[in-house]
Amino acid sequence: MSEYALALAPVLARRRLKHRSDEELLDAIASGDNDALGALYDRFGRVAYGLAFRILRDQALAEDAVQEAFLAVWRSAEGYRRERAKAATWVLTLVHRRAVDLVRREDRRRGDPLDDAPEAGGPTVDEEADLRDTRAAVQAALTQLPPDQRQALELAYYGGYTQSELAERLGVPLGTIKSRMFAGLARLRELVPEA
Amino acid sequence: MMSVTQPELHDLAAAYALNALDPEDRWTYERHLDTCERCREEVASLREGAAQLAYAYEAPAPRAELRDRILRAAREERPAPVVQFPRWLLPVTAVAAVAASIAAIGLGLWANSLRDKQAPERVVAVNGAPGALIVSGDEGKLVLCLDEAPASKTYEAWVIQGRTPQPAGVFAGGCRTVTLTHPVQDGNTVAVTLENEGGSDTPHGDILASANV
Repeated sequence: MSEYALALAPVLARRRLKHRSDEELLDAIASGDNDALGALYDRFGRVAYGLAFRILRDQALAEDAVQEAFLAVWRSAEGYRRERAKAATWVLTLVHRRAVDLVRREDRRRGDPLDDAPEAGGPTVDEEADLRDTRAAVQAALTQLPPDQRQALELAYYGGYTQSELAERLGVPLGTIKSRMFAGLARLRELVPEA
Repeated sequence: MMSVTQPELHDLAAAYALNALDPEDRWTYERHLDTCERCREEVASLREGAAQLAYAYEAPAPRAELRDRILRAAREERPAPVVQFPRWLLPVTAVAAVAASIAAIGLGLWANSLRDKQAPERVVAVNGAPGALIVSGDEGKLVLCLDEAPASKTYEAWVIQGRTPQPAGVFAGGCRTVTLTHPVQDGNTVAVTLENEGGSDTPHGDILASANV
């Protein structure tokens, strides 16, 4: 390949993959297409890192979690079933699982995430508008939840606490934690519009 | 830590969708999911809700280097590092069973030739990967061929008694004989998963190969 063709390759790959759906990208990744993995990262890398950072509160650990999750995508895209989950959900579930595994291993879990101010300053210039819109919708949905449901969801999801740790920490029966989680997730599912 | 009885299993969908199950419960629930279509649907639906939480808060952007780092690591790793077994053999059919037992006998003989004859031994077929489990007294040896484990991962063997998996040793890929570090009894299941380097006290990966003693 000439130097020119080499320089052009990423541009062509970007053009080729731009109009593929997330699910089609996973199909391409399953067949070993490294550019498709790059395109998937371009779509979800930012929200993935944001999630990992919120859980781990550490740049290096958050980067590790995101890397492990995207490598898990690379290895197991073949096992992805689109009738089972949206591609975004599948990817973010992997990121969340890696981050939570890491936070438990490092025992970095901190206090109540609700007590913490949101990370970083105002919106960055390059932040896409739809990411902002989604955030506003999810925030609106969260504020409509009863506080105890929201607390259970946030401590589990961002704090990495297991259900029995939560029961102990909050001093309520395990069954109560289970119902709060279930009710909270079910309402979140309803309230957030389909992407 | 708590353990779970069957009727309670159906209550675990939300915690599972939030990755908030204790390790033993997670393992038990994942085995339950294999057989419960309604639970799989429920988890899928709840997960869509859980994934929305990823968007709830503003967070710093990743460093630009992270993208290159991930793509480079992916390129260096082979695309399909899990067990290579011909696709058509995967369903448990009569053909597969015959092929597996032939492989088991072959590998069993090979393993036999590697050691002195002592206690009477049994050769048990392994599902999921070419190999066999050789049980002699309460000692188990896995003779197994697996792909090389991906970077920072290792294979780990488990002896499962009832619902409790006990770690039974970590090992690398390739064709090798693995002496289990945990005793094996009738009725146990021996399983292999992929775990983070150094191994784990409880399994996190999917079962790649298993044998029923």
